Amino acid sequence: MDDLYREIIIERYKNPSHRGRLDPHDIQFADNNPLCGDHIEITLRTAADGTIEDARFEGHGCAISQASADLLLDSVIGKPLEDVKRLNKQDVLDLLGIELGPVRLKCALLSLKVLKAGAYGLGEASDELVE
Amino acid sequence: MSLDLNNIRKDFPALQRETAAGVPLVYLDSTATSQKPLAVIEAMNYFYRHSNANIHRGVHTLAEEATALYEGAREKVAAFINAPSARQVIYTRNTTESINLVAHTWARANLKAGERILLTEMEHHSNLVPWQILQAERGVELDFIPVTEDGLLDLNAYKTLLARTPKLVAFTQMSNVLGTINPAAEMIRLAHQAGAITLVDGAQSVPHFRVDVQALDADFLAFSAHKMCGPTGVGVLYGKEDLLESMPPFLGGGDMIKEVKLRSFKPNSLPYKFEAGTPAIAEAVGLGAAVDYLTEVGMDRIAAHEREITEYALERLEEIPGVKLFGPSADKKGGVAAFTLEGVHPHDVAQILDRDGIAVRAGHHCAQPLHEKFGIPATSRASFYLYNTKAEVDLLVNGIYKVKELFG
Ligand SMILES: Cc1ncc(COP(=O)(O)O)c(C=O)c1O
Repeated sequence: MDDLYREIIIERYKNPSHRGRLDPHDIQFADNNPLCGDHIEITLRTAADGTIEDARFEGHGCAISQASADLLLDSVIGKPLEDVKRLNKQDVLDLLGIELGPVRLKCALLSLKVLKAGAYGLGEASDELVE
Repeated sequence: MSLDLNNIRKDFPALQRETAAGVPLVYLDSTATSQKPLAVIEAMNYFYRHSNANIHRGVHTLAEEATALYEGAREKVAAFINAPSARQVIYTRNTTESINLVAHTWARANLKAGERILLTEMEHHSNLVPWQILQAERGVELDFIPVTEDGLLDLNAYKTLLARTPKLVAFTQMSNVLGTINPAAEMIRLAHQAGAITLVDGAQSVPHFRVDVQALDADFLAFSAHKMCGPTGVGVLYGKEDLLESMPPFLGGGDMIKEVKLRSFKPNSLPYKFEAGTPAIAEAVGLGAAVDYLTEVGMDRIAAHEREITEYALERLEEIPGVKLFGPSADKKGGVAAFTLEGVHPHDVAQILDRDGIAVRAGHHCAQPLHEKFGIPATSRASFYLYNTKAEVDLLVNGIYKVKELFG
């Protein structure tokens, strides 16, 4: 059995816990992966003390991109928004529990890129955010 | 007589390999690039071991040998597409460069703002973007022959669009996604009646069935060696002689000149006028060997074999619940099966198939507008060539069932 399609990834892909759109929200950001057409939008609401009260994602794409978005939001809800800025590639790989080649890595990191661009209030997401 | 698949497969070293221990390669991605027979690999190897030299101008033994091999390959290519003369066979890097050459030279010399180019909705990006660049630069107008729901060009709409008197009609002879084989001869006849020049993208047709530029009456034909058993790095632009003669040169530099002064030059004669700098010599030699190989197997037999495989593949794929195929029925298409599987992204399909050694491609296959037309971001695509077998189709089908199970 192949690591890439671990049960948790298929399960999250099919039955995500954080799919949807938050309205109202404090932060909204979307981006896509032009190579594959993967698309992720994240909406997020923060409390007065700066913790992430709730977050949702919408999008379409491969199991890796969608499952990693769900797992990522799982891991940041209830945490300070500031913490998001320190997340990197390895954190996402740890959540997924797999190794990835360069092509699929882009799928896995799309949600982190979107989340960080939103947290920083950037106009455009850049790959440097997830290096 | 049908192909002897056992022997043909033996000709291709890469087809003998495994992708992991005990997992033989099932190569279903020839539309992207074909595998190479030993004859091609050896021809290039021999060239580098034995005859390597720069071509033309040299008088020493190796230079003469290299030139003869390079020009000999041009003669072979000319015969392969039934070009009246090898002067009309211009080496480029690939189909993309061939089309760009026409856009840079013929089109810039002949098209004015407001004049029209007629394309189709099923074009590869390489037959879209060069014209979009020209549109932005020159203000030429682009029209598109629509694709019907079953993946055919709407020929009635084509006739209507011809009434806008385009200067150029540029279209693919076979779609790399839908597999559709377009009625090129008829389309060219209609284009000529309307006073247009024609460019045929032969990237998928020339490798798979007999293409005769004189029977087609094509003005330009573009194709790539790497999709027809040859190496990467070399492609061809065929053109009618009067057109090529009238066109300004493409890139400037060595080889494409007859004479150079400090402030001026005289372009060389055909085909050298369009071949600036040291070309891909070994690759051209490899292309010549590929043409020999395909000719020896027989293009008609290759086409018949692919038809049989494609019919079988479409039939088997259609049986799988959740599989949706794109493109026309097997009698109207070449060896391409693009599909989606309900609930599973094409990349996941391709990646899971890869575990069983099955190589298919996933994405928009450089035809994003076509995918948008069908309302999907991507497809998985299996494609077939002379070396593919029905047993491989069965492995693909079993693989797809495994994907369904995993995501079930
Ligand atoms: C129909 C068609 N046209 C053009 C091309 C471009 O070929 P190349 O990348 O060799 O220039 C391709 C290759 O995928 C193709 O399938």
